[in-house]
Amino acid sequence: MIERTDVEHVARLTRLALTEAELERMREQLNSILAHLDTLRAVDTEGVEPTSHAVDVVNVMREDEVEPCFPQDAMLANAPDRSGELFRVPRILED
Amino acid sequence: MAVTPPGADVNPDRYEVVIGLEVHAQLRTRSKMFCGCPTRFGAPPNSQTCPVCQGMPGVLPVVNRRAVEFGIRTALAFHCRVNAACRFARKHYYYPDMPKNYQISQYEEPLAEDGFLEVDVDGSSRAIGIQRLHLEEDVGKLLHEGTIETAKASLVDFNRSGVPLMETVSRPELRSPEEAAAYLRAFRAIVVYLDVCDGNMEEGSLRCDANVSLRPRGAAELGTKVEIKNLNSFRNVERALKFEVARQTAALAVDERIVQETRLWDADREVTRSMRSKEYAHDYRYFPEPDLVPLQIDRRWVEEIRAELPELPRARRQRFVSRYGLSLSTSDILTHHGPLADYFEAAVTEFPDAKAVSNWILSEFLRVLAGGDERVLSMKVPPRNLAGLLRLIADGTISGKIAKDVFSTMVDTGEDAPTIVRREGLTQVADEAVLDGIIDAVMAANPKAIEDFKRGKTAAKKALVGQVMKATGGKANPALVDRLLEDKLSKIQT
Ligand SMILES: [Zn+2]
Repeated sequence: MIERTDVEHVARLTRLALTEAELERMREQLNSILAHLDTLRAVDTEGVEPTSHAVDVVNVMREDEVEPCFPQDAMLANAPDRSGELFRVPRILED
Repeated sequence: MAVTPPGADVNPDRYEVVIGLEVHAQLRTRSKMFCGCPTRFGAPPNSQTCPVCQGMPGVLPVVNRRAVEFGIRTALAFHCRVNAACRFARKHYYYPDMPKNYQISQYEEPLAEDGFLEVDVDGSSRAIGIQRLHLEEDVGKLLHEGTIETAKASLVDFNRSGVPLMETVSRPELRSPEEAAAYLRAFRAIVVYLDVCDGNMEEGSLRCDANVSLRPRGAAELGTKVEIKNLNSFRNVERALKFEVARQTAALAVDERIVQETRLWDADREVTRSMRSKEYAHDYRYFPEPDLVPLQIDRRWVEEIRAELPELPRARRQRFVSRYGLSLSTSDILTHHGPLADYFEAAVTEFPDAKAVSNWILSEFLRVLAGGDERVLSMKVPPRNLAGLLRLIADGTISGKIAKDVFSTMVDTGEDAPTIVRREGLTQVADEAVLDGIIDAVMAANPKAIEDFKRGKTAAKKALVGQVMKATGGKANPALVDRLLEDKLSKIQT
């Protein structure tokens, strides 16, 4: 059962500012997702290897070759703030 | 807590120091870990990026095969077990150097585990356990406007973002700051030999974090550990750890609790400081990276890589001692950098007096090199030319003193020794008749030295030899001058 404190914890980890109403709605939704997992758990998976991927493919690799980059201006175009050739972000440490 | 200066008045023997190192090495691939952007250092900021390495939504990373190969190569050199299967995982955290808010790393299934690295401290050797070695991507580089504490804003360059990183975690088996520095030195020598990392700490190719704790001697349980970040030179590793050991020792002496935290080494003020980061606890919510399928490492591939492993620094050092009869310390210096050892061996092939070659390399070669790149100097003076110079000394054509000047000219012009000696007329004067005349003239001009010699001052002879050498521009054969002068002086005395 997901409690309110769990939702607050996850919200903090993911930097989401949720209102009281949203916290409650998330709590309900997360609980119904977990309930759905209980349904899945009913499937007999005896002898089936756990997997993290839906496709049965391994070893997809590329050769170590340089390809063209994107232009600097294009990569900086969406920056909320920039200083010359650099992205500018708010201070990092807390007061 | 107020900063405690190192060397606080406590009994250092009460506690045992426990250190573990996490070393991040940038791999020398041409392209990044998951995209084709180049890894070249020093390009204009944000000029070597693409949507993959800037973490744009909807892009697909693809693993660089060479990075995996380099990881395996290193793992084998560290005697690790290369896992048959490994997987990448997302490590979540929020920091502006990481725009997609997770770093692609490896967690439960790393590339390799359980190895060791042999470390020499004070003449004895210890094997330090390596817990794991995994691959991940580097993050962007932050520049603070001012210091990290006072900065109003930070600036980000993502060129480094996505460069392949290999993280190697030692077991907490290092017992002193000196041993930790020695571990890092041995680590660097190996990855440079393996040609998987350039080992350049100033450019950040090799970075180190340390975990430090103290426990009462004999205790089995580990004390509360403190993580120190930002150790970017051998000197800093040792100094930061010394400071931290002293700080923790002083705290324990007054029954103060050690707080588990991350501290930053401030190299300017020589203190570690607590980092009050916005990073919320250490809850990285790892999960398998859905965008990358697992790797199943082919045994044959591993064996191919193993077969191509070069001779490593310690083995080479041992061989230099047994094969060339060099001392351990000389061998250590020669084998620390692969190119220098290669140079030595190439020169010895041409001029088999290993001691003469090593003496020359350790004195003149390293003096001229002065911390520069061996490869540049060895292009100017190839090993064959050094051998040629040593041959001229050995057969008496030039004196050792003149040879130093010839070597300088060789470095400047890239010519070989015989060419320079011939052009500048530096051939040693070994003609007795010529030297006879010069010695007579010098003796006639220095009656005082003769008198001194008669009164038993043997040092006067040395002065006369010096005068003869000076008169010949250093070209007289010193042994011959010495003998001729000895004859003449003995005749005067009787
Ligand atoms: Zn890229």
